[in-house]
Amino acid sequence: METKFEIEKLNLYYGSFQALQDIDMNIYSNRITALIGPSGCGKSTFLRTLNRMNDLIRGVTIEGTVKFDGEDIYGNFYDIIKLRKKVGMVFQKPNPFPKTIYENIVYGPKIHGEKNKTVLDNIVERTLKEVAMWEEVKDRLQKPALGLSGGQQQRLCIARCLAVEPEVILMDEPTSALDPVATSKIEGLLEELAEKYTIVIVTHNMQQAGRVSDYTSFFLNGKVIETDKTEVIFSNPANKKTEEYITGRFG
Amino acid sequence: MKTYEKAIEKVILLSAIMATISVGLITFFIFRSGLPVLLEYGIIDFIFGTTWSPTNGDYGILPLIAGTLSITIGSLIIGVPTGIACAVFLAEILQKKWAKAFKFSIELLAGIPSVVYGFFGLVVLIPAIREYILPIYQFFDPEVSQTGFSVLAGAVILAIMILPTIVSMSENSIAAVPVEFKEASLALGANKMETIVRVLIPAAKSGILSSIILGMGRAIGETMAVLLITGNMAKIPGTILDPVATLTGTIAMEMGYASPTHQQVLFAVGIVLFVVIMILNIIAQLSVRKIGGNA
Ligand SMILES: Nc1ncnc2c1ncn2[C@@H]1O[C@H](COP(=O)(O)OP(=O)(O)OP(=O)(O)O)[C@@H](O)[C@H]1O
Ligand SMILES: [Mg+2]
Repeated sequence: METKFEIEKLNLYYGSFQALQDIDMNIYSNRITALIGPSGCGKSTFLRTLNRMNDLIRGVTIEGTVKFDGEDIYGNFYDIIKLRKKVGMVFQKPNPFPKTIYENIVYGPKIHGEKNKTVLDNIVERTLKEVAMWEEVKDRLQKPALGLSGGQQQRLCIARCLAVEPEVILMDEPTSALDPVATSKIEGLLEELAEKYTIVIVTHNMQQAGRVSDYTSFFLNGKVIETDKTEVIFSNPANKKTEEYITGRFG
Repeated sequence: MKTYEKAIEKVILLSAIMATISVGLITFFIFRSGLPVLLEYGIIDFIFGTTWSPTNGDYGILPLIAGTLSITIGSLIIGVPTGIACAVFLAEILQKKWAKAFKFSIELLAGIPSVVYGFFGLVVLIPAIREYILPIYQFFDPEVSQTGFSVLAGAVILAIMILPTIVSMSENSIAAVPVEFKEASLALGANKMETIVRVLIPAAKSGILSSIILGMGRAIGETMAVLLITGNMAKIPGTILDPVATLTGTIAMEMGYASPTHQQVLFAVGIVLFVVIMILNIIAQLSVRKIGGNA
């Protein structure tokens, strides 16, 4: 089993506030890793260190190493654009651009230099099929994406992310703004996507973590309490805190 | 307390009524003074006539329209890219605290009386045009001789005058674009410039557009500054160094000595301005409302 990300001694500070403490973790290729833990424990912060989205926030300092395919992404000459192309992200709130469905999907490929209309058309069809939306929207590709339902918007965002052919998809509570039907559609999708992509997903929903993930990592107060196979975490966690959280005794 | 509040309410109501009535009266007065002569002379002859020579009874305002249009378009060509670039810089690139100071000082530009701009143009811009731009023209055509009072001078000054409107409204609408769009773009591997050009500016376009339209309204309505520096020759300009007369400038200059008919014609010019600016304001209002609807 290949390791996609190797994280060692990762510390992150917002100004003087330490949000992540000595994180060590491996994220494996073609597996779904779930990050769970109470609100404010640093899950989103951690997720955003993997594609360097925290660089946007002023006053953030990061120590330690995050290796992606063996290379430290915080190294001096690392190409962030290439990183973000390989490590895509789906956000908590569906955030399609105020453009057409078609334009949303081809945005990434166009940025990365693809101009050929046929190629772009094929990307749109392929990615919409991957998110099981092609039949629903194939007749209205030129309609505004903001006219779609919340669940459709989120799947469109996943398609937009797939369009740049990433290797990893980071998802920050991708279903928390959706109803149960849309949620189960996306969960079903995750399993299929895991065949081709490495997925890291933040969720507050224990059942969801249990249902979809191969590995689960429990965060508490900026630290990783434990990471293990999902069955183990849910049936026989090593740490008492993990058990308490999973059984709903706090958090 | 109750009666006091009621009194205040009455005063406010009265002020509102007064304001509305004044606008109504002014409109009525302009139309009453200008409309008869406009209809008598013929709207087509009036708007498309190429000779403006009031002393001979020629009231074709096409040269004036061309004058106003040329400096307005010129000011937009200079002012819009500068203004948008400035707005982007303030909203996205500069640190917040510096951006505030910059924005404040740009907004101060709006408070400078327009005659001061005109005077600045007169003593700085016009000599500069004569000295640096004219020689370029003369290089190609030695015959050319111009004074510097020109379309170019008017366009430059107007560009500076519309900058506060464009910058502050565009900055507001760029800053109001949800951060989620920016993050989505960056997360797809776009760089900052691509994100600005392809996501932020398009998402803010109705605000930017209405800032341009309002700026245009200001440019068309501006009188004093352009009066001082455009040369006031009622001729359709051939090059940007030709002098022109504007609709507003002509009204201001000729009202003082106009014969009764001439005076009515100037009111008719006022009607043209009134209608054009009204239309621009309505367009701007509509596009602002559209942003509200989208958000
Ligand atoms: N931009 C920021 N500046 C300062 N502190 C921040 C910033 N973003 C997050 N924090 C702090 O860092 C800690 C971790 O936040 P983070 O958003 O990673 O938590 P989370 O586990 O994702 O929580 P939730 O489940 O509510 O999304 C919190 O205490 C939060 O207040
Ligand atoms: Mg979070």
